[in-house]
Order: sequence, then C-alpha cells, then structure tokens
Amino acid sequence: MSDSKVNMVSPPEGLTGEGFFATKLNDVVGLARANSLWPLPFATSCCGIEFMATMAAHYDLARFGSERVSFSPRQADMLLVMGTISKKMAPILRQVYEQMSEPRWVIAVGACASSGGVFDTYSVLQGIDKVIPVDVYVPGCPPRPEQIVDGVMRLQELVKSESVRRRSSPEYQELLASYNIS
Amino acid sequence: MSELLLPPEHRYAKIIKERHNEDGSELSVLNLGPTHPATHGIFQNILLMDGERILEAEPTIGYIHRAFEKIAENRPFYQITPLTDRMNYCSSPINNMGWWMTLEKLLGIEVPKRAQYLRVIVMELARITDHIICNSILGVDTGAYTGFLYVFQFREKIYEIYEEICGARLTTNMGRIGGFERDWSPEAFRKLDKFLEEFPPAWKEFENLFERNRIFLDRTVNVGGITAEKAMAYGFTGPNLRAAGVDYDVRVAHPYSSYEDFDFIVPVGKSGDTYDRFCVRNAEVWESLSIIRQALEKMPEGNEYHAEVPDYYLPPKEDVYNSMESLIYHFKIVMGEVPVPVSEIYHAVEGGNGELGFYLSTDGSRTPYRLHFRRPCFIYYQAFPEMIKGALLSDAIIILSSLNVIAGELDA
Amino acid sequence: MALENTQIQNKLTETFNNDVFNFHEERDIFTLEASADKITALILFLKNDSELQFHFLTDLCGIHYPDNESERQFAVVYHLHNWFENKRIRIKVYLNGEKPEIKTISNIFLSSNWMERETYDFYGIDFIGHPQLKRILNMDEMVSFPMRKEFPMEDSGRTDKDDRFFGRTVSNC
Repeated sequence: MSDSKVNMVSPPEGLTGEGFFATKLNDVVGLARANSLWPLPFATSCCGIEFMATMAAHYDLARFGSERVSFSPRQADMLLVMGTISKKMAPILRQVYEQMSEPRWVIAVGACASSGGVFDTYSVLQGIDKVIPVDVYVPGCPPRPEQIVDGVMRLQELVKSESVRRRSSPEYQELLASYNIS
Repeated sequence: MSELLLPPEHRYAKIIKERHNEDGSELSVLNLGPTHPATHGIFQNILLMDGERILEAEPTIGYIHRAFEKIAENRPFYQITPLTDRMNYCSSPINNMGWWMTLEKLLGIEVPKRAQYLRVIVMELARITDHIICNSILGVDTGAYTGFLYVFQFREKIYEIYEEICGARLTTNMGRIGGFERDWSPEAFRKLDKFLEEFPPAWKEFENLFERNRIFLDRTVNVGGITAEKAMAYGFTGPNLRAAGVDYDVRVAHPYSSYEDFDFIVPVGKSGDTYDRFCVRNAEVWESLSIIRQALEKMPEGNEYHAEVPDYYLPPKEDVYNSMESLIYHFKIVMGEVPVPVSEIYHAVEGGNGELGFYLSTDGSRTPYRLHFRRPCFIYYQAFPEMIKGALLSDAIIILSSLNVIAGELDA
Repeated sequence: MALENTQIQNKLTETFNNDVFNFHEERDIFTLEASADKITALILFLKNDSELQFHFLTDLCGIHYPDNESERQFAVVYHLHNWFENKRIRIKVYLNGEKPEIKTISNIFLSSNWMERETYDFYGIDFIGHPQLKRILNMDEMVSFPMRKEFPMEDSGRTDKDDRFFGRTVSNC
C-alpha cells in the first residue's frame, strides 16, 4: 500500500490544530475552483468529436470536476473552443465570451482555434486570440483526448495559483481593454 | 418585443404585426442560434412560432466555411486528402477513399483486388462509426444518455484499428494513389476480429433500448416525415432517402472498389419519419458488419496492398537511397511533377450521409483547376424548413439530429 | 434496355438542333454543351421525357476560365442522373465574362436552390428568377466573389506572417 504509485493530493500549506486548519484564502478558493471547472463546449468541427470522446467513458473528463457541461454561458467557468472559427462566427464567439461571468478561462483546443490551423484562407479567423483572451492552447489536429485532458490539467494549475483579486486588478482590465471588451 | 430581435423590414416582423390570434396571443420569433446544445454543428435557424408550434424557419449556414474548394486549387493532389478528411469528419476514411478513387479514374490506374477489399473493410468501418454517432446522439437528444456511453466505447475500438492502419484516430488521411501506404499488420486483423466479436451484442443491446421503447416511439414516429417524391426533388440521398422508401445506393447503382462481389441488402423504410431513419441506420450497421465479414473471408491471398504505379506512388526508402530511377520518381512525386491528363471526372461514393461526389477538372498542372465536392448534407439540409413546418420545437431538434447534418460537410 | 449515348444525342439534336453541341464521352460520363438561353427547356425535356428520364439533379457548380475568350469566361456545370438506367450526363453552359447570367432551374429541381446560391456566392453568376439569390456560405457583407481566379486564397489582413520564412520576396510576390 505504501509503495503504490497513486499520487495523493496534498492540502495547501497551513496551520493545523485540533479541529481547525488555517490557510490562505487564495489557496482554498483556488483549490475549490480548480476541481470544479464547468466547461462550455463551443464545439464547431472535428475537435468537437474528440471532445465527445473525452467526455465519454474511456477518457472521462468528469473525473477532473467537469461533470456538468453547461451550455449557458452564465453558469460556465471555462470556455472550450474546439474547432475552426470562421470570420462569420467570430462575433458570436465574442458574445458568448462576454456573457460568461467572472472568473472565466478559455482553452483553445486544436490547431484551428489556436492559430487558424491548416486553413489559411480568407474566411477563417487565424486564431481565436484575435477576438478573446486565451489561457491555454492545446495543439493538435485533432488533439488526442489525453492532450485535451492535459490542457485542462494545465488550466487547473493556473487556476490554483491565481489570486482572488486578479479580476479587479488594473492589468486584467488592461487586457480586456486591449480586446475592446468592456 | 419583435423590434429587439428583428429589423422591422424583415418578413417575420411584418407577419407578426398583421396576424392576430383569437385568444389575443401574438406570434413570436425564436433564434435557434448557431451555438445550441442540441444542434450538432453550427447553423442558425430563425423560427416563427405560434406558441410552441413552428410556422416557418429561415436557416443560415456558413459559420464554418473554410473554403475547401479554393484551397484545393492551390494544393498538389496528395495534399488535398487532409481536406477531404475534414468534410464529414465522423467517417473520414470514406472521404479519403472517394478522393483516391477519383484520382485513379483520372489517371486510369487499376487497383489490385486485395487492396480493394481492404478499402471496402475500412469504408464499412467508417460507415459504422458514422451511424454510431448519429443514432446515439439521437438517443441523447430524446433524453437517453446511456446508449451513447455504451456504444462510444466501440468507437474507441475502431479508432484503435485506424491507428494500426494509418496512425491517426479521427482525421485519418488514409491510403495513397493505388492502394495503401503500408500493409495492414497482423495486429490490425486481430483487433478487427475482436471488434467483430464484441460489437454485435453491444449493438443489439443498444437497439433493444430504443426500438420498442414507448417514450422513443412517441417522440419519433410520424415526426418529420417526408414523401419519396419530395425527397428526390430535394436531392436526398443516403439513409434519409432510403427511409422515405427509395432504394438508391451508390454502391449498387455504380459499384466501385469491388462492391459487386459482396452480397448485401439495402434497408428501406416506409414513411421517411425520424423512426424510419433511425431504423434504417441500425439495419445498415448490420449490413456493414456482414460486408466486413465477407471481405475477410474472401480476401485474396498474398500481401500486395498497392498498384504498381511508380509515377504516382512513392517508392520504398531503401530503393530511393540505392537506385537512380527510384530517386528520380521520389523527387518528381514530392515536387508534384507527375504526368496528369487534361480531363473532367465525376466520381461518387456512398458516404455516411449519401452520395458524396468529387467533380475534378484538371489542366495538366500539379494542382486541380477546379475541384468541387458534392456534399450530401448541403443538399438535403434545404428541406429542413419544410420538414419542421407545423412541428413542435422539441420535434425540430429531433428531426435535425436524425438528419445527421455534419457542419463540416455542410459548409466545406 | 440500356440508354445509349447515341440515343440521347439523337433525341436532343432533333429537339434542340444547334443549341446542343460538342457531344463526347469524357471518361465515363456523356458530356455535352448547351447555350445559356435554352437551358431551362433542355433540363425540363431531360427530366420529363419518357425515354431519357434524367429525373435527379446530382450537382450544379461553376467554373471560372479567365484565359478563355470573353464569351466563355464562366461555365455552369450540371450533372443529371437517371436512376432507372444508372446513366449520368453532364451539361456545360459557358457564360459571358462581363455579365454572367443564366435562368434558374429551381422550379424544375428543388435541390438546385442552394446550389445556385453557392455558385452565385463564389462566382457572381446571376441566376435569373431565383427566389432568394443571396450569399449562403460567405458573410453577407462581402463584395467580391472569392472563387474567381484573381481572388487570393490567403487572408490579406494577416500581420503576423513573416515573409522571409515563406520565401516571399519583393520580386516574386
């Protein structure tokens, strides 16, 4: 039992005593948020099928806290953009991102969402970071479900270490202003 | 209320202003928008509704237009296969094989029997994956999530077989001009045998969950029906047309890749409603399994997997490093300087959704002059506004799922 | 009894005389050219005739030939199919380069509605009498017709492509 390869999650740093555990608010909030990220699957093309495979029984994404996929932007934490976004679709993506409530994160899954992919044409948006800020990029065409899960895990690291005050900080407001998002 | 959603000169705004119901209620407009949990892919429908009933629909597509036909005019023939993958991405080997067969028709190449049988096996596996997705997602839309989880496991098994053959799971880019890029390993055949053993009981279980299920029958029988004449006028092909009663199948009408050697029936429905489409797809999965078994039994001896066309097929690497002719062929093929006749070809294969056609017009250079894809989804989606007239909103969702509209094929 | 090419050719020439020409078997599909003003009559004849029975429209697309003479710059290609005899036929109609227009066949074949819109969207060919001729795949605000040969494939607004890495110099692009 003691030499098993299972990685036990350790609690954040803090003071333990009889009946209490004191730690920083950032750590607790980060831990809670990271392990319950509800995705909004914005699946447009082939990467969407690999997402379906990720949510299915074999590569279950629900283990990581994404049990409930939310199609309503107000109730979702992370926006998974999977597939090619064309210029016709970009305003709609923008609207969905603006409707999401803070804190919100974006993962660009696949080559098309990250940078336009193989479609260097007049009608395809060359990367969704032209319209919304992106946190994690997952390359691949399409990425294997293990890669998508890896992307979600990297996002979890980001979320754990994020400060509670980040969303009202001037740097974040500047980032949003650079995308013209009020 | 309608001023917020629609510009006042829109047709629906005028209809709403003029029409008054007896009980004082007004008509309303609903935007079944591009991002919707139940529409598989992004297309928009603006619906004019009377309460819960749909009176009219106005579809908008093109939200994932990636200009395949424009890209194809700038790419040599080998580099167009990844584009064909991404059209109907649920069954990409069929698209690939269709493209290779178009090129073989253009160049006049005869593919050996064994390679043709292997192609048949891969295409039927792809058809099974397409129907798995369509039927299980139809189940999810009616509320039955379990069927989807059960049969998706078998999609993983088929992905493993694809990986043995070509290395990729979903967008396979499989095959070459004249056959395959490498022979199938014994592991691929072993996995195929295991799949043929394990899948039929699972598919039987899936069918039993739905075919006599009271709730499913209530939701799908007499919903979204279409007559055979209307279907032919709207250009329907594939399972949607066969559910309406017309037994047109490209594999039977213009057999390609040795389909005439196999014995299979073409399942046909009666009324073209959602239940018939579901049952036709179920029956086609059984037929595909039977075709795969026949192909495995009748597979010719030997291990040739490609035609002897050094002009178009890359020679093995050992020969490239040791022999002058192979080096020259390799160079010419990679640079795209292969002899291409000036001609026009139309070739069609039976895709998961119907007749997938490739219209290729060449002018002798290394890229096509014009390549047009005859995409079945694009053509039969035109009938959708008519099919949902008078239906309830949730029926419209079920009808859309059962039509199996794949956005990549719709917009290309 | 199978439908022979000579049979089709004879029937069409005796009904349409000089408006159908250039009959040949291109690989495995019988191809012919027709003049633009007779196209609706031709397609209706092919659909309704009891011997020919080409009752299914498989495909409709356009092609741009900028190197041809100005009367033959655009082409509209129709593929029809007869399921009873398993026979396909292809009809090509060449149009003027300045003002490409042709009558719609959407009242004969309902499936040609969106196919003609797509051809308009890509090439700017005007289909006279079409119920709703507007763009279908591209954005509505687009003014140019992207599949024409002079239109570039790549997104011209890109700023992040370094020309050095693509071999593009002032002299070759």
